[in-house]
Amino acid sequence: MAASVADDVQGPASGGPNHGLRIFLIWLPIAVAADLLLYFVYGPHMPPGQMSNSAASQQFDIKVMSVLAAPIMAFVLIGMGYSLIVWRHREGDDEDGPPIFGHTRIQATWITVSAVVVLFLASFGTYELAWPAFAGAGSGEGPSPIWTPKGGTPVQIQVIGQQWRWTYRYPQFGGFETTALEIPVNVPVQFNVTSLDVIHDFWAYQLGVKADANPGVNNVAYTTAKQLGKFVVRCDELCGLWHAAMVNYGEVVTLSAFKSWAAKTNVQLAAVTKMLPPYATTYDPTVVPQINKAMVKAGIAGANGYYYPPNDPVQP
Amino acid sequence: MSLPARVVTLLVAFLAVAAGAAFIVVHFFLGSPPTVDYSTGVSADTGATVHVVLQEDPQNTVSTHPDWVSYFVQDPKTHAWIHTTLFKVPAGSKIDVTIYGYDGCTPLRNPYFGKVTGTIGQVEYVNGKPYSQLNSWSACHVAHTFSIPGINLNVPMASPDLSATLCGTSPCTTASPHETVTFSFMSPRTTGDYFWQCRVPCGGGFIDGFGGPMQTIGFMTGNMEVVS
Repeated sequence: MAASVADDVQGPASGGPNHGLRIFLIWLPIAVAADLLLYFVYGPHMPPGQMSNSAASQQFDIKVMSVLAAPIMAFVLIGMGYSLIVWRHREGDDEDGPPIFGHTRIQATWITVSAVVVLFLASFGTYELAWPAFAGAGSGEGPSPIWTPKGGTPVQIQVIGQQWRWTYRYPQFGGFETTALEIPVNVPVQFNVTSLDVIHDFWAYQLGVKADANPGVNNVAYTTAKQLGKFVVRCDELCGLWHAAMVNYGEVVTLSAFKSWAAKTNVQLAAVTKMLPPYATTYDPTVVPQINKAMVKAGIAGANGYYYPPNDPVQP
Repeated sequence: MSLPARVVTLLVAFLAVAAGAAFIVVHFFLGSPPTVDYSTGVSADTGATVHVVLQEDPQNTVSTHPDWVSYFVQDPKTHAWIHTTLFKVPAGSKIDVTIYGYDGCTPLRNPYFGKVTGTIGQVEYVNGKPYSQLNSWSACHVAHTFSIPGINLNVPMASPDLSATLCGTSPCTTASPHETVTFSFMSPRTTGDYFWQCRVPCGGGFIDGFGGPMQTIGFMTGNMEVVS
């Protein structure tokens, strides 16, 4: 065997088969078919769905990445299969393979293609982090979000994580707190996500909203629901013994139904709301005056307002 | 290394791995507390009444963690107090619960959970008097909660008076200062495990009180197994 790599890919000068062309011709219809199937057939069913603008945006991102990845994956698999069949070891052929000295055009091609794909994905990903409508991608933006939705004040919902339950406060509707999560359709919603104990992660899957819940931090995420129906909320940060059970369900309802529910719930929970601390973006119960009073009265708090006296060792 | 030495080394290593695996199986999988059965002789989904009796103590002197706060479950046949937080009830039944509260107060981290939810009538009875909520921040009179998130059940447990000398040996008896909390709820028709927990950060000695007994079955959290 005295052929070069260039001969193998492009076919020998003597007129042998053009392997590069063969591989390309096998690859092209498979890649096109895979892309069409991925985008138009499987695409609309890709997670997380289209329940909100952020979910739809994430689904579009996944579709684009799949359409880019499928031809590359097909090329790798076809190249591997072609090599196994065409360049397999044959009976009686004990000759060494040809020495490889490289091929400038092939190297330039794969470096260029890889660079274009990677740079496109980096730009696309950065842009998509801000989208939809430059209001973030449904992810936690921290306490001072860069991207905020346009067109009026969004509905504010505070998400409070605690082992092992989510509660929600509605500051624009009297500040009541409840374990029920209802949001209006076609209205921007601002989730203010925080925690009362360890780190949790608020993941409203079908809404495409995911934001860490850190104690002492307000992590803001935006979305606008586009479809009515229920969605699941999970904790996505290992948070203790019953982490896996930290699940509940929210519902997207019409704006009038939401207002009616909020007004009714505010009345129903009025007595409980009086027990709550004033609405704030974060809570530190150890410095709330009422709780300090109660703890000091009980003799279980040190001067620093901690839950346990100083001689009680704090340990992980 | 000689062949016998190699064989011995291999055997020792194998035995060490096998012993480790056996320890994990015994300690973590077979070592869970017993389950108290309240379902025997009761038909599921008939609305029959079952009486579950628990107590919460300031310590657990019958365990390897004597300074951890703890729940106990009463065996319905022998009336003995069992060091466990696992119990079994029939599906679709009325569950009458009595909890003797022997532990002192600690404020709730989230006062929202001072509200009674998921019980019949949305009330609990403390020494026979009905309450729909207990404010643990205005006065220190809540020790723990009994909460089953899967059925939205939440009941704050009242604590004895601040001046009382608390029970010092577990399981406590009614001769010690205590509050008696009663309430009822309907067990779900869907069978399975429903975890329950205390919402007061009562794990003294752990960061913010959320470790130790709060994270350990047999102390301040467990399972209610609903069977058909």
